[in-house]
Parts: sequence; structure tokens; C-alpha cells
Amino acid sequence: MSVWLESAISQAKENIEQSELAPLMSIQQKSLALLNDTKWPTRKVEAWKYTSLYDLGEQVFNPSISQAVTAPIIDGAEFLDVIFADGEWQLDGLAALPQGLNISLLSQTKVLPKAFNTIKPVRHLFGQLNDCLLRDVLLIHVDEGVNIETPIRLHIVNSDGQEQQARAFVSLSEDAKLSIVESIAGEAKALTVLFSEFDVQARAELSHYRFQLQTANSYCVGGAHFQLAQRAKLDSQIVGFGSKLSRLDVDVIHAGEHTFVNMNAIYLLDGEEHFDLHTCLEHAMPNGTSVENIRGIVADRSQAVFNGRIHIHRDAQKTLAEMNNRNLLLSRRAQINTKPELEIYADDVKCAHGATIAEVNQEAVFYLMSRGVSRGDALVMLNFGFINELVDQMPNQAIAQWLRPQLRDRFAAMKAE
Amino acid sequence: MLDIKNLEASVEEKQILKGLTLNVKPGEVHAIMGPNGAGKSTLGYVLSGREGYTVNGGSAVLNGTDLLELEADERARSGLFLAFQYPIEIPGVSNLEFLKASVDAHREARGEEAMSSKDFLKEAKEACKQVNLPIAFLKRGVNEGFSGGEKKRNEIMQMMMLKPALCILDETDSGLDIDALQVVAAGVNSQRSPDRSFIVVTHYQRLLDYIKPDFVHVLADGKIVKSGGPELALELEEQGYAWLEGEGE
Repeated sequence: MSVWLESAISQAKENIEQSELAPLMSIQQKSLALLNDTKWPTRKVEAWKYTSLYDLGEQVFNPSISQAVTAPIIDGAEFLDVIFADGEWQLDGLAALPQGLNISLLSQTKVLPKAFNTIKPVRHLFGQLNDCLLRDVLLIHVDEGVNIETPIRLHIVNSDGQEQQARAFVSLSEDAKLSIVESIAGEAKALTVLFSEFDVQARAELSHYRFQLQTANSYCVGGAHFQLAQRAKLDSQIVGFGSKLSRLDVDVIHAGEHTFVNMNAIYLLDGEEHFDLHTCLEHAMPNGTSVENIRGIVADRSQAVFNGRIHIHRDAQKTLAEMNNRNLLLSRRAQINTKPELEIYADDVKCAHGATIAEVNQEAVFYLMSRGVSRGDALVMLNFGFINELVDQMPNQAIAQWLRPQLRDRFAAMKAE
Repeated sequence: MLDIKNLEASVEEKQILKGLTLNVKPGEVHAIMGPNGAGKSTLGYVLSGREGYTVNGGSAVLNGTDLLELEADERARSGLFLAFQYPIEIPGVSNLEFLKASVDAHREARGEEAMSSKDFLKEAKEACKQVNLPIAFLKRGVNEGFSGGEKKRNEIMQMMMLKPALCILDETDSGLDIDALQVVAAGVNSQRSPDRSFIVVTHYQRLLDYIKPDFVHVLADGKIVKSGGPELALELEEQGYAWLEGEGE
């Protein structure tokens, strides 16, 4: 047992006892029972093989303290901002909502959506902890056939010594459309946990962004979990910087036929930073499509982990699944552990996966140099281009334009050898 | 302008150029023709400093600068430009960003200040117009998804922006239909000036109907085996290259 887990469990007990969220009671008690039987994972546990929880296990965090927070302005983009600070979702500053969109808290509605906690798999330890430690749930709902054009932005901030447990549940009714950005940033020595579930009904389209841009001594753990009904579409764009501990679990359940998922992820790591992305695509029904492109650049002594699981169930005939992980190492001491996991039980499917440690294309270097660009500048341009290719594909170009200089600055600061 | 003397070069220990001599004066257009495998593309690569080509002898001096001593980027900045036969696609690096970096590097080498983004953009748009390339292409990845003709026009566009002293066009006509060929040729012709020279490398005479050379050379087995005026190109068109075998031995 670790110091942190021990204290988390005792806090969880207290939290559940004092909770006014009656509909959550049975879920929380179940998760608490699981936690009581849980050992703090070591590197021998497969899910944490390349990510050590030892350091986090020794930490003690305080409950949140008050702070004023505003979300960054992005030129050319308007958002419906929901801020999470002081351990609470803050809806006060929220602009008037368009018709057909509802944003509320469980503490207000007292009604738990049916699919709550059914999309997030039980196996995630930090998910169980989040079940018990959450103080409220952000609920977002889009009515049938409604297209919400302004993206919603969940802006999560933390300050030194704090621990924050955030939880969101998003549901899109049939034929609805929504864009949502989940953004975590900062360099505080703090623990931020964010779990969110997305229930995407038939023919609905969700455009999702998850930015885990915290750096330095931050600890950040969380998950984004999606369930797609028939002909639903998901576009998910993930960007991660590294920090002391950064782990993201993404699960997608193709629960209806003809579902479509496009997922891109980027990570840029420096120093001794760490970033761990686990994705799991469950193809339970026929005719589903998943395309996953994961690219990372790792410098200095940083470590990236990518574990990509595609599970094609027996009935999921005609599934098309592609997964590709490409990495660029800027230093000999940087490390990448990449592991595709394909489990296929249907016999009529098309699946492809690839994982590479990429090298710069020498022909491209020559092309740039033949135009007068120095070798050093050419390498920077090409390496950044490797990431930028995915940024170019982001559906919301205002977000892409906001992100690009941040990625560029980070890339420029990364230590190559 | 350019003085190549007895240039010898090899790729993976195979000798390709076997003592090539060529003198290009300011404002001249030289066509280099020759059979496949004669070393036409190699000449462009060796002069522009591509890795993998070893120079075994001879010299190449551009306006007093010994090219063979320099890195590829330094050669470009001293006034050499190679329009590629097959320009590479570089997704993720935008044409505009790449072109700005190139122009800035050239200006810096000349001791000039970097161009303002506004002036640069204006010039880039103007160059696009001249070669009939949609302006939206500037924002796309370098050559990304461009057709063969668009790639060639993009090369000429870059040439216009970089204003080199010596341009080598490596089989710029390959893969172009007549319309595209005319656009490319018009772009090249607009850049002809008394202080800029061209080496036009081509397999066919067709391009030379549009870009009129002052001199035509036949490159065979790593050497210039015959030189003449524009009429030589026509002769080659009629008779092929076989009659030249054994020349220059």
C-alpha cells in the first residue's frame, strides 16, 4: 500500500459518507470495495509496466485552495468555457447556452444519466479512485438533431500541492453534433485527475480534443471513454507534453454498426518527462472503422509509452482498423516503449498496425538545403513537420493555429543531441 | 559564370562523370542532351552537393566560388539553383514557411535584412500567378498532393523567388503535357537576363522549342562528346544518339 493510496481511500470513505450525491452512492461503494482489495501497482503490473507509480505513491497532496482562473483566449475561436478549479466545476462564467444544449452539475439535477460509469471500463485504478473522490459530475447533453457550433472547452487548472479529481459525462442524442476540448495545463507540482465519458448516440458526431499540456513536476492521470451507437462518428485529437507522470487511457466502444473513429495523437517530451498513452478500441459490432495515428518526438532522457489495443469481437465482421505509431528520437537516452496489441476474433476484417522509430528523410533534407536552408534549420523544419502534419488535420483550424506556436516553442526548447 | 573542368564523379564506386568540361558565360542558355544513363542528372546533383556523390577529380567554379568545397545550402546561397526532375513531397512543412526560410537564408548570406512577411507574401503571390499556381498552394505542405505539372511549376516559382545566378533545370519537361510545358517555359524565359545563366538538361528536343538555347551539348558516357548551336538538337531529334557513339574517345 502506498501513502497516497492509503490516504485516498480514507478520503474516499469520508467523501462518500458526506456526499450529497445520492444517485452515486452504489457506484461509489462498489468502487471503494474494489479499491480496498487493490494493491498499489508496481512495474510488474502489465498496465503500468513502463510507467512507475512509485513517486506518486509517496506524495501527499492538500485539498484545493481558492484561486481565480480564466481560460486562455484563442484568436478566431469562441468557446463555451467551463472551468474546473478548487476541486469544483464552475459554471458561473458560462455564456448563454444555445438551444438544445444543456450543461449542468449532478448536484443540481440529482439525476444520473443511465450510461454514467458504464462507458469507463472498471479496470482503471484511477477511474475507481475518481468514482470515490469526485465531488460532483459535470453533465453535458445535446438534444436530438442539434448541431452545436461553438465548441465547449473544459479548462482544468491546478496549483502547487493540490489534488483535483474532475469528472464529466457528455451525451449526444441521435443526429447531434458537438465539439469539445478538454484542456489541462500548467507546471504546478500537483495531481490532476480527469475522467470523462462520452455517450454518442446513433448518427451523432463528436469532435473531441484532449490536451494534456502540463509539464515539469505535474502528475496527471485520466481517461477519455467513448461509446458509439450505430453510424456515430468520433474524431479525437490528443496532444500531450510530458511531466513527472502523465498517463491517459482512451477507450472506444463501437457498440453499433458502421461507426467511424479517427484518432490522432501527438506527444513532445523533453528532459526527464514521461507520457503514457493507452488506447483500447473495442469493435463489438460489424462494419466499424478505426484509424489511429500516433506521433511523438522524444528528446533528452524523456520516456514515451504507447500501448494500442484493438479488440475485434467475433461478430465484428468487415471491421477496418488501422493503427500507426511513429516516433522520432532526438537523443540516445530518450526512450520509447510502443506496443500494438491486436486481438482479432472475426475472420473478415482488415487490420493494419505499424510502429516505427522514424528517421529524417535525407532526400527531404537535401531538397531544403538545395534551397539555401542550413542543415540545422532543415532538420528542425522536417522534425516539426512530422508533428505538424497531424496538426494540419485538426478539424478546428482556429485551435490548430493556437496550438501550433505552442508546439513550435516546445519543440524549439527540446534538447537534441 | 560557371567553369567546369575535367569533372569526375562516382556513385557507390561507379564512375558516372568521366572528365566533363563546360563553360557557361553570363546570360547564356546551355542545353545538355544525351541518352539515359549518360550522367545528365548526376551533373546537377554533383554541382548542387547531394550526398552520396563522390567527386574524384576536376573542378567546378561559380563566379569565383569553388562549389565543390561547399555544403549544399552554401552552394545554393552562392547562386546555384537546381530544379528537380522529381521534387519530393514534404507534408507538414508548408510551402510558405519553407520558401520564407529559403529567401531569408539567401538574403542573410548577401548581408541583407530579412523581408517583411507582407512584402514576402506579395512577392510569393506574384510568382505563383506567373506560373499559374493557385495561391492556396502556398499554405499546403511542400509539393504535397501536387500533380507532376504543379510540382514543376512550384520549382520555377521557387527559382523566381530565389533569383539564382545559375539555374540547372533537370528534365523539367518530363511528365508535362504541352500546356504545362508552355507555362513552365514561359516562367523560365521570364527569368532570362544578361546576368543569369541556365543549364537545361533534357532528353528530348521538344523543350528547346520553348526555351531557346544558345548552345547544345551532348553528354554521353560521362563526358560532353559534341557541342554546337541549336541546330544540333534538331539533328539529335532526327538521328538519335547512336551516331555519336565513339565520339570524344
